[in-house]
Amino acid sequence: MSEAAASSRADVHGAKVRLFKLQDMAFHRVTLVFALLVLAALTGILFSLGQQAEPAFKEFGWGFLWGNVWSVPDDKFGARIAIYGTLVTSFIALVIAVPISFGIALFLTETCPAWLRRPLGTAIELLAGVPSIVYGIWGLFVFAPLFADYAQPILKATLGHLPVIGKLFSGPAIGIGILTAGIVLSLMVIPFIASVMRDVFDTVPPVLKESAYGMGCTTWEVVWNIVLPYTRVGVIGGIMLGLGRALGETMAVTFVIGNSNRIVGSLFAPGNSIASVLANEFGEADPGLHIASLFALGLLLFVITFFVLALSRWLIYLGVKKQGK
Amino acid sequence: MPERPILPGEGIALQVRNLNFYYGDFKGLKDVNLDIVRNKVTAFIGPSGCGKSTLLRTFNRMYDLYPGQRAEGEIMFNGNNLLDKKQDVNLVRAKIGMVFQKPTPFPMTIYENIAFGVRLYDKLPGSEMNDRVEWALRKAALWDEVKDKLGQSGLSLSGGQQQRLCIARAVAVKPEIVLLDEPTSALDPISTAKVEELVSELTEDYTIAMVTHNMQQAARISNYTAFMYLGELIEFGKTDELFVKPKAQQTEDYITGRFG
Repeated sequence: MSEAAASSRADVHGAKVRLFKLQDMAFHRVTLVFALLVLAALTGILFSLGQQAEPAFKEFGWGFLWGNVWSVPDDKFGARIAIYGTLVTSFIALVIAVPISFGIALFLTETCPAWLRRPLGTAIELLAGVPSIVYGIWGLFVFAPLFADYAQPILKATLGHLPVIGKLFSGPAIGIGILTAGIVLSLMVIPFIASVMRDVFDTVPPVLKESAYGMGCTTWEVVWNIVLPYTRVGVIGGIMLGLGRALGETMAVTFVIGNSNRIVGSLFAPGNSIASVLANEFGEADPGLHIASLFALGLLLFVITFFVLALSRWLIYLGVKKQGK
Repeated sequence: MPERPILPGEGIALQVRNLNFYYGDFKGLKDVNLDIVRNKVTAFIGPSGCGKSTLLRTFNRMYDLYPGQRAEGEIMFNGNNLLDKKQDVNLVRAKIGMVFQKPTPFPMTIYENIAFGVRLYDKLPGSEMNDRVEWALRKAALWDEVKDKLGQSGLSLSGGQQQRLCIARAVAVKPEIVLLDEPTSALDPISTAKVEELVSELTEDYTIAMVTHNMQQAARISNYTAFMYLGELIEFGKTDELFVKPKAQQTEDYITGRFG
């Protein structure tokens, strides 16, 4: 090989390396810009919400958070009713959805016959894709009347007589209300929680399960003592995904929550959630304190969701510590 | 069919008779007959896919977990046929423990890894449980290495320690038989030596059935060896005899390294 040929090859090689370096740098920069877009959107939303909400916070101060009057004619606004409705409906949704989703995921991964696994899994994913307005309409026209006629009288006659919690199940059985909204929400979040749980249960190495079965564990013991601790992070993540959706769900809740700006102790009573207040009132709100208060509610929903995420991180952290790493 | 060796004066832990095993339509084991001798180490050798792990997994009905797998024939254990549909598999598995190829510590502390299995069948008060955990860890020659960190995760141990933890976990429930499915194939030579030493000591209290890819290992630590090929039991006998003067041509070819 001549010297000239060798050196020209080295040149070509050098040029290629420089080109690769340039490409790599450009790629890094472009992806960085994309990632920064997320931050920009987040701060933009926070900033504009804060700016628009400012008059309300100026007028009512911290009292806006727990003020329990929401009156358009008097121009007096407080968020307590909406926060209460949002938290209680989401809580009810989780109380119902988590055990059911756990059961679904457990069945699908551990005990389901092979031929049923795929159709059932697909059905759950389809359920997650049903538009929320469909749940709302179904909740209002089908579920609420049935609930009022059959379930509420039974709840009233049984749980309603218990001390302390009895009060939650009292009052007229009108179908729509906080409890109904919670139940409809639970149906909406079950597919999310169940499919995440199924996916993370599937990540448990078969040999780990085999070694637990090999000690004489029943399926329940394997799932409770091995599968669940092993997938804890993913399971909490799935629950929080469902909670996030429940907190912000608008259409379905607006249909069935009753839209009443009062807090009554009973879960049968109609109420309001942050999202339903926004959906109902934004269209006809006049500029001024009313609009500003609605923006302030939006900001609060944002903050609540943030705290939920932070809480889930904290739970995961606690769990890791307890496992003894 | 290979002749069964005569084993005078030794108890039989497992009697396998006319065992056939199916993965769906594929026949994984063909008419296997053998006796596993009590308080001895029986090694199963053979090339990959010969059915040695499959055979081991029939001894504790592990295949039950997977639809489409089924066994026919008889495996007699304490007078009962293990393959009987009416046989309670959880009880079988409490009596016949298993250790796998890769270490599989449970996602809990070292202490709990041992106590968990014990608690399934025994209600021991706290102090007795502590004793049992120490006893099992000593049996597995792990106690000195972990006694100061019983509260740490089992996953924090090294691979060799994890495998000994799994052995401790298996012996802690005081089974009659311990099945080892290539227990050292994922371990370094030093850990392997420790586990091998352990296996020999365990025969004082337990019957051991072990699958291994490593013929030297079988020769070193087993009392009986079974050579399997394509789902058939080709030869079964005392380890010394099988390795020194194998009766079947296939066995000789395999142990002299002509195939496998």
